[in-house]
Amino acid sequence: MIPPEMAITLALGLPILGALLIAMSRGVPNLRETFTLLTAVATFGFVASLYPAVINGAQPTLDLWQVLPGVKLSFRVEPLGMVYALVATLLWIPNSLYSIGYMRGNNEKHQTRFYVCFPLAIASAVGIAFAENLFTMFVFYETLTLSTFPLVTHKGNTDAVKSGRIYLGILLTTSVCFQLLALLWIVALQHTGGVSGLDFASGGIFREGLAAGAVTPAVFGLLFFLYIYGIGKAALMPVHRWLPAAMVAPTPVSAFLHAVAVVKAGVFCVIKVTVYVFGVETLREYGQGGWLLYAAGATILIASLIAMFQDNLKKRLAYSTISQLSYVVLGVALLTPISIMAATFHIVAHAFGKITLFFAAGSIYTAAHKTQISQLDGIGRRMPWTMGAFTIGTLSMIGVPPVVGFVSKWFLINGVIESGSLPGGHFDEVFALVVILFSTLLNAGYFLPIVYRAFFRTLSDEDLKHPHGEAPWAIVTALTFTATLTLFFFFWNQPAATLAELVRRAVG
Amino acid sequence: MIPDQLQHQIPALIVLTPLVLGLITALIGRRGLGWWIAMLASLLVFAGSIQLLIDVMHSGTYTVSYLMGNWPVPYGIEYRIDPLNGGVLCTVALISAAVTLFARRSVASEVSRDRLHFFYAVWLFCQTGLLGITITGDAFNLYVLLEISSLATYTLVAMGKGRDRRALTAAINYLVLGTIGASFILLGIGFLYMVTGTLNMMDMAERLDAIYITWGTAEPQYQKTVLTGFAFLFVGVSLKLALFPLHTWLPNAYTYAPAAVSALLAATATKVGAYISIRFIYTIVGTDAAFRGAIPTHVFIMVSAGMAILLGSYLAIKQDNVKKILAYSSIAQIGYIALGFALDNKNGLTAAVIHIFNHALTKGGMFMALGVVAYRLGNTRLQDLRGLGRKLPVSMGAFTAGGLGLIGVPLTAGFVSKWYLVTGAIEAGRYEMAAIVLVGSLLAVVYVWRVVETIYFGKRDEGAPNVQEAPITMLVPMLLLIGASIYFGVDANTTSWIAEAAAETLLGVQP
Amino acid sequence: MLDFLHDHYNYWVTIIIMMIGFYAVVAKSNLVKKAIGLGIFQTGIFLFYISIGKVDGGTAPVKVMGEQTDVVYSNPLPHALILTAIVVSVSTLAVALAIIVNIREKFGSIDEHDLNHLEAEQE
Repeated sequence: MIPPEMAITLALGLPILGALLIAMSRGVPNLRETFTLLTAVATFGFVASLYPAVINGAQPTLDLWQVLPGVKLSFRVEPLGMVYALVATLLWIPNSLYSIGYMRGNNEKHQTRFYVCFPLAIASAVGIAFAENLFTMFVFYETLTLSTFPLVTHKGNTDAVKSGRIYLGILLTTSVCFQLLALLWIVALQHTGGVSGLDFASGGIFREGLAAGAVTPAVFGLLFFLYIYGIGKAALMPVHRWLPAAMVAPTPVSAFLHAVAVVKAGVFCVIKVTVYVFGVETLREYGQGGWLLYAAGATILIASLIAMFQDNLKKRLAYSTISQLSYVVLGVALLTPISIMAATFHIVAHAFGKITLFFAAGSIYTAAHKTQISQLDGIGRRMPWTMGAFTIGTLSMIGVPPVVGFVSKWFLINGVIESGSLPGGHFDEVFALVVILFSTLLNAGYFLPIVYRAFFRTLSDEDLKHPHGEAPWAIVTALTFTATLTLFFFFWNQPAATLAELVRRAVG
Repeated sequence: MIPDQLQHQIPALIVLTPLVLGLITALIGRRGLGWWIAMLASLLVFAGSIQLLIDVMHSGTYTVSYLMGNWPVPYGIEYRIDPLNGGVLCTVALISAAVTLFARRSVASEVSRDRLHFFYAVWLFCQTGLLGITITGDAFNLYVLLEISSLATYTLVAMGKGRDRRALTAAINYLVLGTIGASFILLGIGFLYMVTGTLNMMDMAERLDAIYITWGTAEPQYQKTVLTGFAFLFVGVSLKLALFPLHTWLPNAYTYAPAAVSALLAATATKVGAYISIRFIYTIVGTDAAFRGAIPTHVFIMVSAGMAILLGSYLAIKQDNVKKILAYSSIAQIGYIALGFALDNKNGLTAAVIHIFNHALTKGGMFMALGVVAYRLGNTRLQDLRGLGRKLPVSMGAFTAGGLGLIGVPLTAGFVSKWYLVTGAIEAGRYEMAAIVLVGSLLAVVYVWRVVETIYFGKRDEGAPNVQEAPITMLVPMLLLIGASIYFGVDANTTSWIAEAAAETLLGVQP
Repeated sequence: MLDFLHDHYNYWVTIIIMMIGFYAVVAKSNLVKKAIGLGIFQTGIFLFYISIGKVDGGTAPVKVMGEQTDVVYSNPLPHALILTAIVVSVSTLAVALAIIVNIREKFGSIDEHDLNHLEAEQE
């Protein structure tokens, strides 16, 4: 067994080392791609090696160094972070495989820069997952934004530059104006006894400060608000615009943003600060954060409605992501242990489903050069693997058994019912139920027609003149793998369920 | 090891070395030795100031006092070093050494050969002045050294005439405003002398304190002479500091000066101005009178600083010459420093002191990167930087890293400053200033990103001259400063130790 | 009122001289005149320094020999200080004139309005 401290170091350091090796092996594509895959597999291995310790209740830690007096870069692996780290590093493996097929299949330029940025982003994601305090989380949150910027603007044309501005603009604005403000406010409160420290703590850091009157409930609520909107990566409306804008990036990047690292980092941070900084019980006790349920509900419905009217496949998927992310936020907003568990689980469920969908979209683009949904008539016959996987992905998004999306929805409804039994929760319960049911219908409404087109319509005359088959093997392997995971996880979701259960205990 | 005898004389030597070597440079004439002498002087001064700062930090009282010619206080001139000016001294010395190394090739391409020895002589006088202002404990001595550095600066700016004749008008503008500012300082010192009868800063502070307590009937208050003197001083120093709206001389002076001079000035001259402000407000007049007396100076400073941050950044966005973008950005950054010392609490003051150092590193490095561009292209217009990212990867990479520091991205030195500043603003209950600082960071994103996009996404014009990376003597100092700006963002323990010690001594907290 | 004016007349003189100089700096567009204005402005300050050295009933600061112990001397320090400041002022004027000569060579004018036009054209 690897000592946990070393495993954390390697999980963070190996991707950085990998990035260096990749940069040095420019000009030798096969060697470069070997390094990418090796780094991906090894990083996952080191993260996974921490799993047994975590489910046994241990929380391995690693202190790097003190940046400022009293402020250090340090890590602590707890169940919630473990979930996110496992998802990100696991999905990075098929994502890398897929990138190789996609980048080669489309003859993209500047491939080395592309492969260098990925591991840096993964290192940032692991940093966020394992962060022990708010400072460390903020640092890696920002490095994740910056390391993905070259990926989003990869094409380098006017469109890419413009979208890059929106991407960076929104993510930096929210994180600097809201998250950093809240963070420094907490630092200031620390000196007056308003909070117990910057470290994440079970039950939150505000409990004593609020009880002693060193911080008022209004400030507490305001800080919660600043944090929720300061985590722009969670794409809660109205700070969601960066996500559709980032669609200009190559598909592997979209998959990476939507499923592997970036938006997951957002919702992960939302859960993390709610549980370990503000505290579910404390929020409930002081009646703060009730608005979040409605913000999340509105985001789910509005994003689903917008998705219905998108003809561009990737855009439709992007809006679907926005609405799916808000399921996680909704789970958080319900403020019950089981709903937090549902939120945690949904990070996993959505990641598997959405990466499959994006892989399929990129596969269609690579093989058939099609981007619009209206062009997809009959494509299922030419690309059965791709569209088969796509179908599994859509079922997971809708939440139909036997796909993993159903499991998280099940937990979520349980959470709603539990929150309804709490005082004052009745109206919230009704609202949440309506949102979940209605959005499920909408999900079905915008996803199933694609499946219908692909399999039940015939190819147009135009299409018949341009024959094509499946995408390159690397792409098909990757998407088959993730689709299998999506199915498989319905029956065997032990690791995620165990960890989510541990998160639930940390809440209650 | 340095012999003890010599070690005691370091404070005097720090000022005398560049002065004497500067004179020698001017006299020795055109033998190409100018740069070598300047480099030698800068390195000696740097070594001396580091040693001095170590002495200060390890002395129990956080002070080192040196009596010029052994005349006792308050009759003679005292050099008095505490963590504040020890830190500023090291900043000035470090930047001077780095920029002098950079200057060799850069200046040779901008100043005619037969003037080079004069350039380096004036260059050393400028350093003499800046170092002297920082180290001295005597108010009138401060004025004289201020004028030495200012006169040298006007000359250095005017030396940019070889590349662009607007350097001359920028220099005369700076001269007129700078002289008015210095005269105000002289007048202010005169008023304070009139009341206290002393020129030694510590002595002056004690005597003012005595008047402050006994004067008046109900509320303790200064007599009007002190307030008038302080007002003159404050306005004069603000001119030197380029605090909004007294900043008008700065953009053109920085833009048209030779590249090395821009780097030196941006990194040191205004910083020393900030030091004078802090010294007069905190050590001499005292915050009770300056902030809580008849004139609420801190409100003026905060308004000015807020305007500087917002308007300086906004104007930076509007510029088409990259040097001017950085010049306006400097005005905004001075706003951060001024805001820091107007907050009147430990975190704010720490932010001001640490930002003097952090911003000097960042801006000095960035101006050097532009110096490379000017060296290779002959100008720094934004449109000419298109696609330079592939041609000058090291310099443009350094520029980008520096830009991230200006924005205040975590793990850069700029972030550390912002950390203290915003915390200080919140502790002072100045939430609007905290918001302005953060909005200022966003505006910085816009002006930095405008350049970064041009560098990396722009296409070079057809037939544009082929350019190569700069010679190593230009790259090394640039990377040194930018590297330091990142290092002190990743591990800020040393800088914050010194800055916090400076803040504590200024606020009268016993160490 | 008259007493007030009388008691502070050294300040009045200082202020008037300073403002005359300041007016020249602000209002004149000829750079040489501006430089002269700066000189006048600084002279006002010098007079101020010299006047504050005067002590009521004081004599010249030359040691009086003999038994007398209650001699009041005027303060010589401001005078010494201002000698330095005068040197500074002369140097400033020299630098200013040197720059102005250069401006004349490069722009062909030393009038601020002309210079502004010439610079605007260069943009």
